[in-house]
Amino acid sequence: MTSTRLTTRGWLMMLPLLAVMVLVIGWPFVQTVHYSFTDARLAGTGGTYVGLHNYQRVVNSPAFWSSFRLTAEFALISVTIELVLGVAAALLLNQELVGRNVLRGLMILPWALPTVVNGTLWRLIYNPEYGALNAALSQLGLIESYRSWLGEPGTALAALIVADAWKNFPLVALIALAALQAVPRDIRTAAMVDGAGAWARFRFIFVPYLVGPLTVAIVLRLIEAFKVFDIIWIMTRGGPANSTRSLSILVYQEAFSFQRAGTGSSLALIVTLIVMLLALAYAGIMRRSAGGGI
Amino acid sequence: MDRRSPAFTVFVYAMALLLALVILAPMAWLFIMSISPAADLSARPLRWWPEEPDFSRYRALFSLAQNSIGAGFISALWNSLRVAGMATIAAIALAVPAAWASSRVPRVGWSLGLVVASYMLPPVALSVPLYMGLAHFGMLNNVFGLAIVYLTILAPFTTWLLRSGFDLIPKEIEAAAAIDGARLDQALRIVVLPLMAPVIATAALFAFLLAWDEFFYALLFTSNEQAKTITVALADLAGGRVSDYGLIAAAGVVAALPPVLIGLVMQRALISGLTAGGVKG
Repeated sequence: MTSTRLTTRGWLMMLPLLAVMVLVIGWPFVQTVHYSFTDARLAGTGGTYVGLHNYQRVVNSPAFWSSFRLTAEFALISVTIELVLGVAAALLLNQELVGRNVLRGLMILPWALPTVVNGTLWRLIYNPEYGALNAALSQLGLIESYRSWLGEPGTALAALIVADAWKNFPLVALIALAALQAVPRDIRTAAMVDGAGAWARFRFIFVPYLVGPLTVAIVLRLIEAFKVFDIIWIMTRGGPANSTRSLSILVYQEAFSFQRAGTGSSLALIVTLIVMLLALAYAGIMRRSAGGGI
Repeated sequence: MDRRSPAFTVFVYAMALLLALVILAPMAWLFIMSISPAADLSARPLRWWPEEPDFSRYRALFSLAQNSIGAGFISALWNSLRVAGMATIAAIALAVPAAWASSRVPRVGWSLGLVVASYMLPPVALSVPLYMGLAHFGMLNNVFGLAIVYLTILAPFTTWLLRSGFDLIPKEIEAAAAIDGARLDQALRIVVLPLMAPVIATAALFAFLLAWDEFFYALLFTSNEQAKTITVALADLAGGRVSDYGLIAAAGVVAALPPVLIGLVMQRALISGLTAGGVKG
């Protein structure tokens, strides 16, 4: 087959997907850019060009900055916890252990649990009157009276982070475990023979194998965490007193609760920009470690 | 592995036990809540295990009586099944030829990069025009409309997975079939696609799982039993006036069952997919 004919065939096979992608992603995205420069309302009224007004409004609003800080906090803290617990669990599962495969199978469960179910589950656990957390802590004598974990600005974010990290650290653990199992046995044995201690073995043998796959996993998790909506909506809806209002929740409120499609769109694009920067970092890492068996 | 001191072995098992507990306890509690009588759940001190398991919530959720909680719940399950099923089939139908082309035809490959990059877009960047578009065509609160929207997530994802599948099948197989006189479509149908069947099945299961779990678009674009999916129905229950926490827990157990079963069945594919970079957030 000549290469022109092959290329034509290739495009023909690609065409249906590209057409659908243009329709459901390309066109809506262009529209979002367009709305971000207008005063469009969700109901379809408005639509006059207002230049950069929406962007100025967003950047000058304290709500945006508090949501930004909160989203960054949520993303960084949960992903750090996931990384630490994930690597610890992977090191554990890399040991010889009766029932290791069962334990590894269990790790799939939180990952497979839908986020909405996870949010519901933890909301019930944190319930101020009947929740298991209050019951357990007071039966153990650790708290005197029941607390409203999701109802107090001081604890709501931490409570969300625990729920999110619980669902996602097993995934990081499985990725780290796969990387650890790629370490050739001879290298480990040689290090033992040479008298390397546990820390030296971890630092100089395991870490080099972990860095590549984990960096990828961490950047992907950061992107996901920056987009966070579902779990917050289920557990706190951004409250109490907006203390858990992530950027995606803010966009939802602006565009859909207040029906301001214009400002909502400019806000959404700022979020997109942040996510894209993270994605570019991801692409850079992928390119640098290309062929490195990610 | 090598020699271990007895103390270290004890430590490893203690940690393993702790890990199992951390993973299992929250999920086990969800199930225990679902079968505990309401009185046990509101007792102080809390009763951790029901004296008499009570399966009445599951009966209520699956009751067919008109206007009962069951009627809404069953329709939500049915809607989720239809939306996820349709979106998965459409995504696979689009992804198989596109993944083949991007794997085999050098000058086409780059366009896949664009498609995959679009997967990174946050849904909020598309939600307003999608809402207005669906409203324009009268497809808000409609399972077909929602399935089309889900293609924004499923189609790039499945194409990406399938492309790495095609990359693993040597080109020479197609060339050999061509020498034997097969046209390209015959070579693909008779030789390549059967080899791809396991990868396609894996991609379809992952896609179904993504669609089943989706919440943001479903929350925005559906409003009643005609199209509301299970995730929205569960959020309504959890955030609504239902005072029986056992009922909410039972709904959560049912909603989690299909993806958890898929996850367990796909353990091996998932773990090898993780090392290949196919990570779901």
